[in-house]
Amino acid sequence: MSGLALSRRRRLTDRLVAALMWTTFAVAMAPLLSLIWTVVRRGAPALTPDFLGSDMTGRALLGEGGGIAHAIAGTVMVTLLAAVMAVPVGVLTAVWLVEYGAGSRLASVVTFLVDVMTGIPSIVAGLFAFALFAVVTGDPLPRLGIGGSVALALLMVPTVVRSVEEMLKLVPDDLREASYALGVPKWRTVVKVVLPTAVAGIVTGVTLAVARVAGETAPLLLILGTAREANWNPFDGGVQTLPVFIFQSLNQTSGADAAVWTGRVWGAALCLIVIVMVLNVAARVIGSVFAPRTGK
Amino acid sequence: MFRRIALTGALLVIAFLAGVAVFLTAKGVPAFGAEAGEQLYGKDSLVGLVGPLLFGTVLASVIAMVVVAPLAIGLALVISHYAPRRLARPVGFLVDLLAAVPSVIVGLWGIEVLAPRVAPLLESLDRLPFLEGPVPSSGRTLLTAALVLALMALPIVTAIMREVFAQTPRAHEEAALALGATRWEMVRMAVLPYGRSGIVAALMLGLGRALGETMAVAMVLGATGAKLSADLIAADGANTIAAFIANNYANASGVKTNVLVFAGLALFVLTFAVNYLGRWVASRGRVAV
Repeated sequence: MSGLALSRRRRLTDRLVAALMWTTFAVAMAPLLSLIWTVVRRGAPALTPDFLGSDMTGRALLGEGGGIAHAIAGTVMVTLLAAVMAVPVGVLTAVWLVEYGAGSRLASVVTFLVDVMTGIPSIVAGLFAFALFAVVTGDPLPRLGIGGSVALALLMVPTVVRSVEEMLKLVPDDLREASYALGVPKWRTVVKVVLPTAVAGIVTGVTLAVARVAGETAPLLLILGTAREANWNPFDGGVQTLPVFIFQSLNQTSGADAAVWTGRVWGAALCLIVIVMVLNVAARVIGSVFAPRTGK
Repeated sequence: MFRRIALTGALLVIAFLAGVAVFLTAKGVPAFGAEAGEQLYGKDSLVGLVGPLLFGTVLASVIAMVVVAPLAIGLALVISHYAPRRLARPVGFLVDLLAAVPSVIVGLWGIEVLAPRVAPLLESLDRLPFLEGPVPSSGRTLLTAALVLALMALPIVTAIMREVFAQTPRAHEEAALALGATRWEMVRMAVLPYGRSGIVAALMLGLGRALGETMAVAMVLGATGAKLSADLIAADGANTIAAFIANNYANASGVKTNVLVFAGLALFVLTFAVNYLGRWVASRGRVAV
C-alpha cells in the first residue's frame, strides 16, 4: 500500500512541476502580449499617412498635425551608416578568427575583447561617441549623425562577429579540403566556397544586429541632439530618430497639447515596433529558408 | 594578402576597444576637478555621487535577477525538456521576440500598463517595517523598474540556460529514466546538477545586461536624483547610473559632462567585472556560453 501511495505522490509532483514549468511560459508571454496589444491599440489611430509623411517643422510648441518622417529618415540613415562600419569589421574579424587565427594567441585576445565589447552598456557606447567627437571636433557638446552611427557600430560589431563565427564554423571542412585539393588558394577558398556557403546565416546575423540597434535609444540621446526636419548630413547638426523622438515627446505629454503628444508617442512606438519585428521575422525566414543542408 | 585584410578587421576591433578606454578616460578624469555642490549635482564629492548610484544600480539589477532566476530556469526547461519538439522552436522564437522589443517601448509599457498595476501591490508592501514609502500613486518606484529589468533580462538568461540544459549528456538522462525516475526526478537528478554552473553563469551575464539597461529604467523610475536609499517603494528612492546619465545629459555642460562620463566609466568597469566573473564560472563548469 505504502509503495502505491508513494508512486502516486511522485506522479502528482511530476504533474505539478510540469504545470509550474508551463506557467513560467505564460508569465513570460503575458507582458509580451500586453505590450504588443497596448502599442497597437494606442498607436494605430495615430498612424495616418499624414503622420508618416510629414515632419515636425514649425510644430515645436503648439498645433496638431506633424509627423515622424524626419525620425524615420534619421533612424534609417544612422542605422545604415552603423552597419556600413560594423559589418565589414565584424565579418573580417570572424573570418580571421575562424580561418586564419584559430588557436593563436592573438585570436584568444581578440575573442576576449569581443566578449568585453558584448558587455558594453549601450549608454557607455553613447558616452564614448560623445567623448570621441568632443575631442575630434573640438566642440564641447557635439551633435552629429555620424556620432550616433559610431556608437551603434560599437554595439553591432560583437553581435556580428559572434553570429558570423558560428556560421563559418558550421561550414564542413570537407568543402575547404575539396577546394584545396583542386589547387585553389586559401583566400579564394574563403571568398568563393566558405563565405557563399554561410551567406544565409551571415545575412540573418547581420539583420538581427541591425534590428537590435535600430531600437537603441540611450546612445543616440547623448550624441544626436534633436531635429524637427530630416537632416541627411551625418557630419553636421542634430538628427532625429524614432526611439529618441518617442523619449523626447514623452516629456511633452504632461504640458499643453498633451493629447496630441500622446498620440505622437504611441504612433511612433507602433512604427518602431513594426520595423523591428519585420526585421526580426525577415532574419529568421532568411535563416531557415536558405540554411545550408549539413547532411546530418 | 586576404589574410592581411582579415587581420586588419581583427586589429580594428582591438583599436575600437582601446579607443573606448582612452576617450572615456580622457573625458572622465577631469571630473575629479568638479567642485562640490552644483557641479556634482548637489553632492559633496564624486564618490558621494557615484557611490549611491552604483548602489541603486546593483540593487535594482539583483532584485531583477531574483525574479528572473526561477522564471528562466522553468522557461529554459520547457524549451529543452518539456515542450514537444514541434512546439519547442516556436516557444523559443517567442521568447527571443521578447528580447527584440526596443527598450524605449518597454519603458512606455512600464509607465502605462505595469506601474499602475503594481501600485496596489506596492501599497501592501508598505506595511513591511523596512520599507517606508510613501508609495507614489503612479507606481513608478525602484521595485517597478526592477520588474521591468527582469522582463528585459529574461530572454538572454533563458537563451543561455537552454543551451546549457541541452548539453546534459543523454546517458545521464537515460540512466535516470531507466531507474524509474519521473520526468521531474530526471531533471532534478541529471539536468539541474549538470547545469548548475551554467545557471550561475547565465544569471551573472543577465545581471551584466541589467546593470547597463538605460531607457526602460530612466522612463519607469520616478526618481531623478542620486539618493542613497534602499527603500524600494518610495517615490524618491535610489537611481541607477545609466538612468541618471540619460535623464541629466540634456542639461549638462562643462565639467558636468565629465562627471557623467566618469559615472559611465564606473558602470563600464562594474559590468565588465560581472561579465568576466560570469564567463569564469562558465569555463570552470566546462559549459560553453
